[in-house]
Amino acid sequence: MQRSVVVAIQDGLHARPAALFVAEAARQPAPVTIAKNGSGPASTRSILSVITLGIGAGDEVVLETPADDDSALASLDALEDFLHRVAVE
Amino acid sequence: MTSTTLVLRGVGVSPGRRAGVVARMPDPLPAPSTEPLPPGTDLAAAADRIGAAASVVHDALLAAASTARGEGAAVLAVTAEMAADPTLVDEARRRVVEQASTPQRAVWDAAAVVVDQLLALGGLFAERARDVDDVRDRVVATLTGAPMPGVPDPGEPFVLVARDLAPADTARLDPDLVLALVTEGGGPTSHTAILARALGIPAVVAVAGAGTLRDGDTVLVDGALGSVTPDPDEDAVARAGRTVRRAARLGAPGATADGMPVALLANVADPAGAAAAAAAGAEGVGLLRTEFRFLGRTVAPGVDEQVDAYRQVLAAFPGRKVVVRTLDAGADKPLPFVTAPDEPNPALGVRGLRTAWDHPQVLDDQLAAIARAAAVEDADVWVMAPMVATAEEARDFVERCAAHGLAQAGVMVEVPSAALRARDLLVHARFASIGTNDLTQYAMAADRELARLARLSTSWQPAVLDLVAATCAGGALRGRPVGVCGEAAADPALAPVLVGLGVSSLSMTPRALPDVAAVLATVTADRCRELADAALAADGAEAARDTVRAMLPVLEDLGL
Repeated sequence: MQRSVVVAIQDGLHARPAALFVAEAARQPAPVTIAKNGSGPASTRSILSVITLGIGAGDEVVLETPADDDSALASLDALEDFLHRVAVE
Repeated sequence: MTSTTLVLRGVGVSPGRRAGVVARMPDPLPAPSTEPLPPGTDLAAAADRIGAAASVVHDALLAAASTARGEGAAVLAVTAEMAADPTLVDEARRRVVEQASTPQRAVWDAAAVVVDQLLALGGLFAERARDVDDVRDRVVATLTGAPMPGVPDPGEPFVLVARDLAPADTARLDPDLVLALVTEGGGPTSHTAILARALGIPAVVAVAGAGTLRDGDTVLVDGALGSVTPDPDEDAVARAGRTVRRAARLGAPGATADGMPVALLANVADPAGAAAAAAAGAEGVGLLRTEFRFLGRTVAPGVDEQVDAYRQVLAAFPGRKVVVRTLDAGADKPLPFVTAPDEPNPALGVRGLRTAWDHPQVLDDQLAAIARAAAVEDADVWVMAPMVATAEEARDFVERCAAHGLAQAGVMVEVPSAALRARDLLVHARFASIGTNDLTQYAMAADRELARLARLSTSWQPAVLDLVAATCAGGALRGRPVGVCGEAAADPALAPVLVGLGVSSLSMTPRALPDVAAVLATVTADRCRELADAALAADGAEAARDTVRAMLPVLEDLGL
């Protein structure tokens, strides 16, 4: 299951927003990867992998999970919602 | 002072006198031995210790993040997630299982792999490398039982003594717990010094003998004189305790004793800082750093986003002056979309306004955004360019600003050439604002972060004061105002000297506004000129400072 998301977070996935994103990912039942035009996919549960993708506001990213059930859907929904927020503090 | 113990000397960078008990920042951990685990060791069990130690560190950092504020909380949240990062833990485990590395050596080597990757990416990624080192040290300390690195927590207010402080350490300082700061490294314009002033913590840097201070020693720190007195006598401690708790807010507009106005403005780096500056009573913003919308980005932010950000700052100062500095990328603030990663000497490279030569659209977008924000807010918006070196650059910048309807366009004076030829630059520029940190760095050819050069890196150097005087002379000739927005403006002894040299506005960290106002209110404009003459007549920085301080007994009364 995969989904494209345009990142709204003003500061991009750096520093604190990245830390909060990874913490959110760790709370999800399904493992999810994130990729940005050719870079990745990287585990959303690894802050180092997420930061090194260099994701900024307006970037399109692909969230993907190998699972194909309700837990996969819930995980993708939660992370998509996170990336759609403008401010994450 | 009657104490017979040897007084340690350093460079005072944040004024105030405090006595207290020393707590030392642990020295950096040595690299663990590469000796492998003895044959027969249960490697799986050894590898499991890594995950356990990492989660201990993760939990401790998360707990600290929940009580920290602002920048400190952000740094802690990031390092906490790094401690739990499976990339780091899995790589370390692999090294134990496959190579029989000790867990601590495995963590050390796994972190080095990640650090190398981050450094290769450059820019903001490279800055995160320090966080990885911090996590590594914490996990290694947990595994080996070594003292936990980072700012100590003795459970009561203390004087923090360190070899040097990383930005991540300084972000975590709690001004309610850290009475004073003493470092062996650092310079007057280093990040440690700037942060200490912002927090109002008395600080002395570049103290050669700081290594002799031990946990539990009592010391008296004088952040104005730059002295650290071990075992101070009771009188001195009592005097330090009596020092009036200084005002935290500017009560009235800045002026000399005889009523000559000196605008007291704030240096601001983001909307939250603007709100704090307004709350501190700043008369306006003398330096709005605009990098906050650009840092951490791989492409420049759009015009709409910038308009929104600038409006938030301008809204905090209706009817007041806000001087917006255009993007100052390069040197210590690389940005991938305007700066080159491979300059041999970035401080002397394509930085500040120079980045607009190859990337004019970034500057034009920014000016368009500033103009739009100015049109809808009530602040009196001025714009200035960083790192201007010639009159031609000043003219080009002013013309560009005019094309966007921004009339109040000026230049920062950070390059000695701009100071010496201010009369030419100010034909075009409507005002000048002296950035004393970089002006000092360039005038003295002294990297501001190098502790070994701390004695050179001070705006009390008569050569730097000459450059300030030259800038003011150019301003007087052309009828243009000259301000100062570097750290020198926040030095309550140097501020009246700058006014005496002809500076009409001082912009500083908001915390310093009441101190500077209090000193200015005690001296007349004539006295300021006498102080300036005395400083210019000195043959060195220390002589200039000592002479001026002796002429300003009010500093002693105010505990500055």
